Amino acid sequence: MKEYIRGLLSGKSIGLGYIPVSFTFGLVAVQMGFSPWLAVFISFTNLASAGQFAGIRLIEGGAPIIELCMTTFVINLRYFLMSLTLTQKIVPKMPLWKRCIMAFGVTDEIFALASMEKEDVQFPFFGGLMTLPIVGWSFGTFLGAFAAELLPPIVQACMGIALYCMFIAIIIPPATDDKHILYSILIAAAFSCIFKYVPGINIISQTGGGWSMIISAVAAAAICASLLKRKPQNNQTKEVSA
Amino acid sequence: MNTITFSSAGIFVAVMALTTYFIRVTPLALFNKKLESQWIKDFMFYIPFCVLSAMTFPDVLFSTKSLTSGVIATMAALILSWRKRSLVTVALAAVLVAVAVELIVV
Repeated sequence: MKEYIRGLLSGKSIGLGYIPVSFTFGLVAVQMGFSPWLAVFISFTNLASAGQFAGIRLIEGGAPIIELCMTTFVINLRYFLMSLTLTQKIVPKMPLWKRCIMAFGVTDEIFALASMEKEDVQFPFFGGLMTLPIVGWSFGTFLGAFAAELLPPIVQACMGIALYCMFIAIIIPPATDDKHILYSILIAAAFSCIFKYVPGINIISQTGGGWSMIISAVAAAAICASLLKRKPQNNQTKEVSA
Repeated sequence: MNTITFSSAGIFVAVMALTTYFIRVTPLALFNKKLESQWIKDFMFYIPFCVLSAMTFPDVLFSTKSLTSGVIATMAALILSWRKRSLVTVALAAVLVAVAVELIVV
């Protein structure tokens, strides 16, 4: 119980941070013609920022189910790597059903906080950690879906930046203390720009951006792992102080 | 415009949710030994930073109404997060800056 409360408190700021972003999702979904409760349901069952935005765009455009499935898969593939990393971080011999519950809460922000833990992560802590973000994500969508019309159009048009700025707020602070992290961020951003702007190569990003993101990230992380080695034994996740 | 509801889009929404969950649960359910390779550990250390960076840049610049407000709001977010401000502060400040730029400059 103590661990659950500790997780709950750690997750508070993520839950709050999710509200403006999921608010934007609710707003965009309703503008596209989704019923407000369906938007809330999508948020509650997916808990996936970028994947959801791409998904509703495809559903609204009448894309075939296979394309929806593939796009969701590629954009969310990073969660696979995060879950895989978490298997190295959780207490040994955790039962399967607990792992299956934990899996639901693997998001960029929750993962970043969990990997910052000094000790192995226990189930109650992770359960606490994911609780408020799930509430915040669903509640923000609810607010956005039902209160969208109350906002001036100019504010609505600018809310999309909230998602990206939350990503910035996760990766930049640890980079201020660790040059290697800063380099990894710069290399990945450079790859991403190359895939978007260099003629011939930019065909990769024209299918929705999922593939160019995955290739950029994997290439950048591989380069960094080869050239910028971390100290072995040293608790590596200590530096992730988002 | 037709409203998209549970009855018209339920299957699509279910496919989205199941695909997302499948990706998250597979490693946690099937993989339970400790990795030895230092390279793989390092790779995984860098992955979250690289994924979020590649998702953010350059798209963040085009996420508001105009490029001008996008660029200025992104710079505001970078400065605030360099000073280790919280998620909420950075996200809200960037939206406010973008709106201000739209109202004043553009």
